[in-house]
Amino acid sequence: MKLTITRAGFLTTVQDLGRVGSRRFGVSMGGALDLHALRVANLLAGNDENAAGLEITSGIVRLQFNDDRIVAWCGGEYDVAVGSRQVPSGHSAHIDANEELSISGPHRGCRAWFGISGGIDVPVVLGSRSTDLRGSFGGFEGRALRDGDVVSLAKNSACAKTLIDRLGQEEIAAWSASHDWSSPAQQEPILRVVHGSDWDRFNDLTHHVLTSETFLVSPDSDRMGARLEGSELRRREDCDLLSEAVAPGTIQVPPNGKPIVLLGDCQTIGGYPKIAHVVTVDFPVAAQLRAGDRVRFREVSLADAHRFLFERNGDLEQFRVGIKLHMR
Amino acid sequence: MEITPLGDSALILRMGDQLQDASEQTVNQVLGAMHRIERAQLPGIIELAPAYTTLAVYFDPVRVIDGGADPGDVVDWLTKKLNDALGKSRRLRRDKSHVRAIEVPICCDTEFALDLEQVARHAKLSPTEVVDLYCAGTYCVGCIGFTPGFPYLLGLPQKLATPRRASPRKDVSAGSVAIGGEQTGIYPLRSPGGWNVIGRTPLQLFDPQNNPPALLNVGDRIRFRAITRDEFEAVKG
Repeated sequence: MKLTITRAGFLTTVQDLGRVGSRRFGVSMGGALDLHALRVANLLAGNDENAAGLEITSGIVRLQFNDDRIVAWCGGEYDVAVGSRQVPSGHSAHIDANEELSISGPHRGCRAWFGISGGIDVPVVLGSRSTDLRGSFGGFEGRALRDGDVVSLAKNSACAKTLIDRLGQEEIAAWSASHDWSSPAQQEPILRVVHGSDWDRFNDLTHHVLTSETFLVSPDSDRMGARLEGSELRRREDCDLLSEAVAPGTIQVPPNGKPIVLLGDCQTIGGYPKIAHVVTVDFPVAAQLRAGDRVRFREVSLADAHRFLFERNGDLEQFRVGIKLHMR
Repeated sequence: MEITPLGDSALILRMGDQLQDASEQTVNQVLGAMHRIERAQLPGIIELAPAYTTLAVYFDPVRVIDGGADPGDVVDWLTKKLNDALGKSRRLRRDKSHVRAIEVPICCDTEFALDLEQVARHAKLSPTEVVDLYCAGTYCVGCIGFTPGFPYLLGLPQKLATPRRASPRKDVSAGSVAIGGEQTGIYPLRSPGGWNVIGRTPLQLFDPQNNPPALLNVGDRIRFRAITRDEFEAVKG
């Protein structure tokens, strides 16, 4: 019932689907930066979709379990192995007690989410097990994991137990989640955007720059946002805006003209103009941006953004049904 | 009032977008709107968050569609529901009996009041006059943000408005009461910050183990009371 973090990598945190209901108190939503990836990894591990898993951000991570578990992961291109067995993304894998899971990378992308059967058993704070790094609460002692940390795991679900028995010999399931769900990192990604409420504070030339030029991801990007370098985005006129709500996906433009794509740990309010918003179905791609990556933006309508989400939800519903059949 | 999308999963109800639009009255209108929308229990709405002259309405588009909206028409459908919930009357006044009055003790001991001299110089007052003027005012919590539990207060006497520090501090202590331009607020957690610190409160403004986690809510009416170092230590325990 324990997981030892033998090596913690660059930034490994406990995350679930995030903290909802406390934004009015200035508490970020947080959670896995790619909620869809954690959902899928949890389903593959026989968990509730909101179970707490691990978010890994580059480096070498080693995990050791003291009982049998199902592990599944989705995210950037990492090498994940148990001994000599490779564990590809989007597959359920059986890990025996005292085996070590080794993770290194990424070759492409930035982050990966690991669902572990039973889920990580840390206290629920403000309705979530996610780590709030700025507020130093939630997750494991309100901080990123360090070498040698030992975290508790909850009991394997009935589904996970069935899968452990079934995978006994082969160890890694032959079936998997679709590739674009389990490996969302793209070379030269294009993020689809809808207009922000301050779109009209920028002129046509700036709109053209945003939707046609390539931007470079800056090294001072983090879980709060991906900072971009490129042609300056100039406003028509300067005026002091009153702070109001921002959300993951919001692209805000500070006075230096360098856009920031906000991610899950972003503040709840902001005073910079909001030129556009990345659509929710493209958060998995945005969460894979790392320093040096090139990214472009393409305009879509809000109606399209909602249709994409609705379609993905239909596919997820089918996936849930399929998973249940494998674990019955 | 206008309702505009904030990406594909939130809307903003906006009653103004400049600091001069923000007053205790607009904050209370926003809270009035929030309570009406809460009561309406609309499908797919996950969370409401007020800030100054705006209310953010977060929703799950898939649940809104399940609730009856066409996938191509989610925003118009939800906007209509919100307008119905708000009612014809635009008089969104909030019941005065809901307004909480909270007294915040503040200690302006030199060890805490790092920038009191600077604020005093800028206002052409003595430090004692600054503290007296600050404590004579009534403030309203306009929004909570920046860090968890950080209250932005409206109502700073114009004379005390002081530009932010040229170089922000890397480490401002929890409880620091500070002035940034025309705004004032309290740092609930140790954090970086560029506002002028004039004192410290012994109250704990944010505790994630409490429900609600923040001591102050948007719309609360605040008064400050100057306390001695001994009183500060006594409250701190």
